[in-house]
Formats: sequence, structure tokens, C-alpha cells
Amino acid sequence: MASTTSAPEEAPHSKRLPGDLAIWIFILAEMLAFAVFFSAYAFARAGNAEMFNLYQQTLNRNAGALNTLLLITGSWFVVLAVQAAHRDDNKGVSRNVALGILCGAAFLAVKVFEYAEKFGAGISLSTNTFYMFYISLTFFHFMHVILGMVILTAIWLQARKGAYTSQNSHGLESGAAYWHMVDLLWIILFPLVYVMR
Amino acid sequence: MMNALKNPANRAWVVLIIATLITWYLGEVGAAGTAAIVAMLVIAFIKGRLVILDFMELRNAPTMWRMLLEGWLILVSSLILLAYWISLK
Repeated sequence: MASTTSAPEEAPHSKRLPGDLAIWIFILAEMLAFAVFFSAYAFARAGNAEMFNLYQQTLNRNAGALNTLLLITGSWFVVLAVQAAHRDDNKGVSRNVALGILCGAAFLAVKVFEYAEKFGAGISLSTNTFYMFYISLTFFHFMHVILGMVILTAIWLQARKGAYTSQNSHGLESGAAYWHMVDLLWIILFPLVYVMR
Repeated sequence: MMNALKNPANRAWVVLIIATLITWYLGEVGAAGTAAIVAMLVIAFIKGRLVILDFMELRNAPTMWRMLLEGWLILVSSLILLAYWISLK
């Protein structure tokens, strides 16, 4: 490694990628797809800023912010689960993964409420370019939250059998990395679609 | 309390929550224009970096992986900034 600036106390640990290599390649591919969507939104807006600013006002910013808090907290619980595995605290793993899943479920509930409000007002993909982006971007992300929750549920079932330990935490770390990606994407999506004008 | 803050994940969580509330507040007061856009992008960048380093735990990952993820964050924020700059011209 070219980097020789790492602190001395880190020296005993070699540099290590948490989880499996395959999940990181998958994560990068997903992030690249979202990078294209985020840029498409931003550049489409550039040619139509007044219209985007007008309809952005109709979004439920409180719901968007609440959902950011939920995903951040869900991600935090999952980090605590990984830390619990590293110190062989079985109960800590399953409890924190379960709390992470609950945060994800709360996110979905808020989002469904938000969609019901918009669809109930007769808004659809074809209403205008802004809503087309709002619905497709948030829905694409929504699907990723669901996939993340499926992964976390599989991990939770394993965790209850004591599958994750300091010697074997790869599966947990891989699922955790995916869940953090879902959080990372929303951290860009929320200001971009709901707030920046 | 002090003990809890020794855990980098807990520190990251506190900063992420505060940063989210700041962005929400900027929305509430109707912040718009160059300064607001730059402020919100800087906040999103800081948040994204905390997730990458302290939640994904890439702080001590091989340099290539850390750079790929941080590079994604730089790329996305730059493209958004460019597009908003065009819209303000």
C-alpha cells in the first residue's frame, strides 16, 4: 500500500474489506445506476428549473426528512450488530438486526403514506417531468429498501441460530454493506429531490 | 455518555441526525440559490462520507475500495453541482 500515514495503533490489523468481494461489486453497479439517475434528474431540472421548483413545493418534506432519520438509525443498528458479532455477542447481533429491519419497515410505511397522498391527488408518472422523476427515483429506491429488508431478514434468521461470530461474520458484513448503500443513496436523494432549489 | 461516543459508529449517528435536521430546516425556511445549494451538497457529502467510512467500515479497507466509494460521492456531487450551476445561469 502506498499509504504510510495510518496511525500506529492500526498497524496490527491489515487492511481489510468487510464482507464478500461479490457484494461490493454488486453495490458499485447499483451505485453507478443511481449516479446516472441522479444526474439525469439534475440535468433535466437544469432545462426546466422553474417547473421543478414549483412542483418540488408539493412534496412532503417532513416525510422525506423522517425517512432519512429512519434509514440512518437503521444503518446504525446494523453497524452495532456487526460490532456485536465481532465480540461474539449473539443476542446483540439478532436484536440489532431486528431493530434495523423495524426502521426499514417504518421507512416503507412512511413512503406508502406519501405515495397514497400523491396518487390520491391524481398524480402519476405522466403528470409532468418532475413527478416522473420523483415517482421513478423514489420507487426504484423503495425496491432497494425492500431487497435490503429481505437480506436483513435472512441474516436475522441465521443470527438467531448464532451463526455470526468473531470468526465468521462475512455474511452479516455483506448484508450490512448493502443496507448502508440503501442509506447512502437516500442521503443524496432526499436533498436533491425534496429540498435543493 | 462519553464512553458511548468512543464508538465511531455512535459519533457518526449523532452527526448524521444533526446534519439531516439542518437540511430539513433549510427546506423549512425556503433556502434557495447558490449558497443554499452548496450548503446542502456539502452536508450531503459529509453525511455520505460518514456512512462510507464509519457505517460501511471502509476507513481501514484497501485503498482502492475506499477510493471507489469516495470517488462515487465526489462524482455525484460534482455532477449535481454542475447541473444546478447551469440552471442558475
